[in-house]
Amino acid sequence: MKSTRQVTALTLAGALAIGTLAACSTDGSDDGDSGSDGDGKVTLRVVSLLPGSTEEAIAAFEAQVEEFEAANTDIDVVPEEYEWKATTFAAQLAGGTLPDVFEIPFTDAQGLVENGQLANMQEQLDSLPYADRFNPTILEAGTGEDGDVYAIPAKNAYPVALHYNRALFEAAGLDPDQPPTTWEEVREYAKRIADANPGVAGYATMTQNNTGGWQLTAQTVSRGGRTVEVDPDQGATATLDNDGTKETLEFLRALRWEDSSMGSNFLLDWGSINQEFAAGQIGMYTSGSDIYTSLVQTNAIDPATYGLAPIPLSDSADAATLTGGTLAGVPANVSEEVKDAAIRWIDFFYLNKLVDEERAVADAETLVANDQPVGTPVLPLFSQEQYEENQEWIKDYINVPLDQMTAFTDAMFALPLAGEPSQKTQEIYALLDPLVQAVLTDEDADIDSLLEDADAQAQSLLDQG
Amino acid sequence: MTATTAPPPRPDAAPGARRDAAPGARRRSPATWVRGGGLSNLTFLLPLLVIFGVFSWFPIVRAVVMSFQETNLVTEPTFVGLDNFRQVLADPILWRAVRNTAYFAFLALLFGYPIPLVVAVLMREVRRAKGLYSALAYLPVVVPPVVAVLLWKFFFKGSPTGVFNTILGWADLGPFPWLQDASWAMPSLVLAATWAGAGGTIIIYLAALTSVPPELYDAAEVDGAGLWRKIWHVTLPQLRGVLFITLILQVIGTAQVFLEPYLFTGGGPNNATVTVLLLIYRYAFQNSLGGDYGAATALSLMLAAFLAVFSLVYFRLTRSWSTT
Repeated sequence: MKSTRQVTALTLAGALAIGTLAACSTDGSDDGDSGSDGDGKVTLRVVSLLPGSTEEAIAAFEAQVEEFEAANTDIDVVPEEYEWKATTFAAQLAGGTLPDVFEIPFTDAQGLVENGQLANMQEQLDSLPYADRFNPTILEAGTGEDGDVYAIPAKNAYPVALHYNRALFEAAGLDPDQPPTTWEEVREYAKRIADANPGVAGYATMTQNNTGGWQLTAQTVSRGGRTVEVDPDQGATATLDNDGTKETLEFLRALRWEDSSMGSNFLLDWGSINQEFAAGQIGMYTSGSDIYTSLVQTNAIDPATYGLAPIPLSDSADAATLTGGTLAGVPANVSEEVKDAAIRWIDFFYLNKLVDEERAVADAETLVANDQPVGTPVLPLFSQEQYEENQEWIKDYINVPLDQMTAFTDAMFALPLAGEPSQKTQEIYALLDPLVQAVLTDEDADIDSLLEDADAQAQSLLDQG
Repeated sequence: MTATTAPPPRPDAAPGARRDAAPGARRRSPATWVRGGGLSNLTFLLPLLVIFGVFSWFPIVRAVVMSFQETNLVTEPTFVGLDNFRQVLADPILWRAVRNTAYFAFLALLFGYPIPLVVAVLMREVRRAKGLYSALAYLPVVVPPVVAVLLWKFFFKGSPTGVFNTILGWADLGPFPWLQDASWAMPSLVLAATWAGAGGTIIIYLAALTSVPPELYDAAEVDGAGLWRKIWHVTLPQLRGVLFITLILQVIGTAQVFLEPYLFTGGGPNNATVTVLLLIYRYAFQNSLGGDYGAATALSLMLAAFLAVFSLVYFRLTRSWSTT
């Protein structure tokens, strides 16, 4: 009976195929690769570097991982490349594929805590000897309503600053040691740079992936404006049509259409503006004070061309420098042993080097050995004294051109600081992106009407709670 | 083959007989079904059913359910009835996206539809190095889309040193803003999309052209027809079945355009290139704290429904013209 044999064989083959499928699905449904593996080690997936980082940066990171694993033989670190972008983060969050230690901006921590997405790390934080020495304002960014810490200040806190290309300054006959201190000077310098270097943008600003809104907010705050006002009862009012935002947009319009000093690319986000700046296509732009590290690691900038200055502040009493920063979070659904492993990594990779001389020197040695930047100026996570002490420990290893950043470093502790809006931050930034694009691509853009529309939409977002 | 192993008559072999039989009278026992190869049929079918079920049908059903829920895949979903649909329809950007998508589809049809046909007909007339021309025409399809977009971004650079602006500059034209201007951005995307997609359509037309009987051309030539009359009276009528299919495929493809606006402009400048699919993407992923998947699936369903109705109407209207 040919048919019976064939049927049996086919049935077996089919069962095997289905079994394989089922096995695949079992593997896939396992919660990532984290947790304990066969030899009792805890596997910890951590964020590593930006995609596209240089080989030296990767080598330095791997050396740090080896050092950590040697000191923590029960933990197996699995690095994953990572760039925080609103869109990819949302997908990873929904898909449950975020690493065990991931980085988030200050603005997202509260929302993630409210959604129950972050593990409570208070107990683990308390195990660190320096837990009570954090700058309370920074620690608060990752603290939930119950008073426990969910996201731990890590990596850095930064003010938005003005980055400029010294070579382009020189080519335009400007003194690279005298960066602009007012927005009027920024405009004047931008025009001179653009005139002296055809094809180059004297000044550029981000416009895409929520960064247009972010930088519009930073420049608004520097002119004394605020895009959202929060009353004591946490009721929020959109104030996008404030004078600071209008002035900023008028400023951009003047540079773009009257001076033609903003180049020809008006679709830039955090990554692409860094790329263009490092390639010498942009004279000045605003971004976090810490981006020099990324400009070296990802964009191979020529250090001699880099200059850093505070963002210009207007005469308004409310004019301030917008700050931001990075927190390290752990997904809510991980086991206690992964949380314990996570705090050891956070301690090793982000924090201990800021408070422990031996660790600070060891970290700096590893980075310098791999040609990685050491000493990029940021805001202190603990205190000014702690920061200065740390800089003293590693002073022999500092290889960033600090003498080209004195305009910023001389002023950084005296800057008036303002945090980012606390409600619907990224959504309102997203609303502002097209507005900046409109001003830069349409000479007749009606700023008042654009702001009025955006303000109404922002208010409706805020009203949703 | 013996009588015992002979397969039972195929159901479609005698449909009349089946319909005439009393219900249940011809029902086969499970043993007969197994002996007749039913199990092996099912075994071969199962992986397909499982794969389609898990990766296609389940997500579709899930999307329908999600369109009636408020969910960010993070917090517990709640049923909200038609709220997502109302919310999407009230979004001022939606109509902008619909207009932009229609504009893209119109421009893509205007340029992207006839160009492959003309190229295919001309290529058919080529006597030498036919393979080389086919390879050249198909090459853009082989280039990975992201690589192609990065290359085109160089071409589209808005400064006088951009590739296109340099070339046009030789004829004292430009510089043009390309992607950096609301009115230029969409035609620029269509240009890149036409370049990327034409190759595939050209190959389809070339294949269809080989099925046109050569004696028709011979007869036309005997009747004194030139190239254009041969194309008009022989080629196009013979290709009309393929032309109808490629047209509807192109309309469906352009209604779902995402890659070009996403990679070239991110929907900018000032939402000039936001398309329906890009809007769906924004609903789902723009908010880093968890997207509005309810709104995203609601808009997806509306688009799917529109395309289904459009296809139906299209096939109804063109039924009498079709060759099949």
